[in-house]
Amino acid sequence: MNNSQIIHGVLSTSRYLPRLRLERSSIFAEHRWMAQGLKSLAKGRRTVANWDEDSVTMAVEAARALLANFSGARPVELTLASTTLPFVERINAGIVASALGFGNELAVRDVTSSARAAFTEVVSALRHAVPEHRVILGAERRVARPASTQEMIFGDGAAGVLIGFGPAIATYVASHSVQADFVDHFRESGSDYDYGWEERWVRDEGYMKIVTGAIAKCLTSAGLAASDVAHFAMPAPLSRVNEAVAKRAGIRPEAVVPTDFESVGDLGSAQPLAMVDTALRTAAPGALILVVAFGSGCDALLLRRTEEPISERAADDGRSETSYMKYLSFTGQIALEWGMRAEIDNKTALTAAWREGAKISHFEGGCCSDCGTVQFPRSRVCVNPECRAQDTQDAKSLANVPAHVLSHTSDWLAYTPCPPFQFGHIDFEGGGRVLMEFADTDPDELQVGLPLRMVFRVKDFDSKRGFRRYFWKATPARGQ
Amino acid sequence: MATGIRDKVAILGMGCSRFGERWDCGPEDLMIEAFNEAVADAGIAASQIEAAWFGVCLEENNVGKTAVPLAQALRLPRIAATRVENACATGTEALRGAAYAVASGAYDIVLALGVEKLKDTGYGGLPVRTRGVNNDLWLPNATAPGAFAQLASAYAAKHRVDMADLKRAMAHISVKSHANGALNPKAHLRNRITEEDVLKAMMIAEPLGLYDCCGVSDGAACAIVTTPEIARSLRRDAETVTVKALELSVSNGEEAGFSNWDGAHIATARTAAARAYASARVSAPRSQIQMAEVHDCFSITEAVLMEDLGFSESGRMIHDVLDGVFDRDGTLPVQPDGGLKCFGHPIGASGLRMIYEIYQQIHGRAGERQLPRVDLGLTQNLGGHPHQNVCAISIIGRLGA
Repeated sequence: MNNSQIIHGVLSTSRYLPRLRLERSSIFAEHRWMAQGLKSLAKGRRTVANWDEDSVTMAVEAARALLANFSGARPVELTLASTTLPFVERINAGIVASALGFGNELAVRDVTSSARAAFTEVVSALRHAVPEHRVILGAERRVARPASTQEMIFGDGAAGVLIGFGPAIATYVASHSVQADFVDHFRESGSDYDYGWEERWVRDEGYMKIVTGAIAKCLTSAGLAASDVAHFAMPAPLSRVNEAVAKRAGIRPEAVVPTDFESVGDLGSAQPLAMVDTALRTAAPGALILVVAFGSGCDALLLRRTEEPISERAADDGRSETSYMKYLSFTGQIALEWGMRAEIDNKTALTAAWREGAKISHFEGGCCSDCGTVQFPRSRVCVNPECRAQDTQDAKSLANVPAHVLSHTSDWLAYTPCPPFQFGHIDFEGGGRVLMEFADTDPDELQVGLPLRMVFRVKDFDSKRGFRRYFWKATPARGQ
Repeated sequence: MATGIRDKVAILGMGCSRFGERWDCGPEDLMIEAFNEAVADAGIAASQIEAAWFGVCLEENNVGKTAVPLAQALRLPRIAATRVENACATGTEALRGAAYAVASGAYDIVLALGVEKLKDTGYGGLPVRTRGVNNDLWLPNATAPGAFAQLASAYAAKHRVDMADLKRAMAHISVKSHANGALNPKAHLRNRITEEDVLKAMMIAEPLGLYDCCGVSDGAACAIVTTPEIARSLRRDAETVTVKALELSVSNGEEAGFSNWDGAHIATARTAAARAYASARVSAPRSQIQMAEVHDCFSITEAVLMEDLGFSESGRMIHDVLDGVFDRDGTLPVQPDGGLKCFGHPIGASGLRMIYEIYQQIHGRAGERQLPRVDLGLTQNLGGHPHQNVCAISIIGRLGA
């Protein structure tokens, strides 16, 4: 890192995939009787958000991975792109920024309406350099109508790009953007599902004309040829459309960056960013990378890989999920009988939520300046019985502190959208003890002493008022 | 200088309704059932009661707030009445208020009554409810079995015992409570079960199965208290039963939020027990106390309490339980009436129900489950969860014991 050049460009990239991987064969098994045509897509698996994950929580995880080597970074802008933001009014990016502990001195914005929304922001941020860090996140939890091809193709996940001056891993070369109200599919506000037009038309009139045109102009503006492109990253929500575009544009077939359709699925607005992440991790220093995102037009971007090293992506096979019924329930597409315990009113007192903001969003506890005891919640009087000092606690977030299990249970009586309800007492390294829910835990995985890390998740849904509240949960620190 | 409660308050009469799923009874019926028994036992007129303490925990599920429901049900003649609530320790809390009122000299004859009508929720287990707007933002929506199940994982880890051995001891506890409950005509659950039944039962919150959990019941219990002098004058022929200790210990967040609790015991029970033993002048509880009614909301709770109350050495509970020490014919019978497990757990009544059993045993009125001789008995009544709770301990005995 000592040889790092401080230049403007892409400083890091990340991809977050939820742990659950729904086997496409399990989807097809339920639809075989009426949708034989899905058979060709029923290969591999797609990512599925857990019941307590949404575009906000997945964006938080993508951002944490993005900033892993930039601890203490204080971005001036955080942009969250998604077509599946949990709130239509309330800045979703603000929830993410608060969870990340970015403080109040930054601009946050949501962008939406297209699978290229996040990528448009990346292109824009690279075109217009500012000295400070900017975080751009794409996150998607799209729900497709049962037995649609989208149900097979979509994946849930998030990805991020950090842009600014620093030890850049890639620099901007050129870009070209095209606007086109080309309605290949649409989703009206408030609707659950997309409505799409014939794929052959989308390919021939959309990809083969709009995308190839944008690529040509982008290369021309940089004075480069298609043969110079070492990596061509383009999402392929239509099967092999990236290969077809490459061929038409004159890009070598081996330059096509894998979409990870077989293991992940298409991540919507997160997909172009996820593919940038994939491309940069494999690109050699100096390699030219062409990234393209399509949707109501097209953005094409040329990046040049620097010599700055990037670590390899950690292997993450997730956990196989074969219950399609569970997926339907998680996505709210089937109403199961949850019993009267599920009737609990989860109304949130917004006054209290604001007052307790840092505690809830950034898991902020206290550290006594007299005795050093870390405690949650932060309180007026120190919990250490030998201390009991008053008003001595400095803010101390537990969000990134490793922890382990003191005690645990798997509770089959409590209501949770994914029984059993697992929770226990957690001890943090360096002090601090909290009774917490576990997330993404296997039934027999919990044991006293199990190492844990914290994740930001949906705590409760208030279906009566259309609200959801978030808090941190403990998840096994696998492979760390 | 405070001199404590020992022998300052006598129990003049007690009553306890049948516990169970009393579909045909409302709280008023349950209160009357317990009260009529107590007034008849005390041999006084209802009009002689000068003040009352009323215990209800989940008032939103039954009677609503204030002490008015008690005054109304019993048509008390506009005397002072106070409603108390300290979660599952509410029943003992009602007695504590009444006992202090007598000990202070403010009143001669005072009523403590606890009632809970739980079976109007439409589902099994305790009602789900808010924990307060701030806590709801971050605390897990834990059930009672889930919270108490934590004890088992931590106990097994701390004492390095096999979970299978711990579960056997827990099963023994439940089998014993069912055997005792079978002898109690007022008990909610009167069927006998086997260790195999317990171990094979449906899982509720690991490792607690169905038979590791107490009954959720409707019921009421009450005590009429006075001074020992008045008790002797009113009931010259009867044994005078007095309060030897009445102690309360309340968590301050240390177990939940500091690092000095092992998760495997009830810290407040140790504190309250130490104070209660000092008050009752008990130095060797296992030999000096002839019976105990503890808060066996779950088998694991009773198990760890055996150590917290000084009945077993640290780490020896499993051996003592399996050796039958706490069986009805053991050296220190625990839950001879069936306990929360089988007598049932109408929350506001439970603390008084425990004392009722000691009172009946001292008077030799425990029927088929009568113990040889009880001079001193202990009740331990727990409100809340292992990491955050209210623990009430009473020691009740013969005057002079």
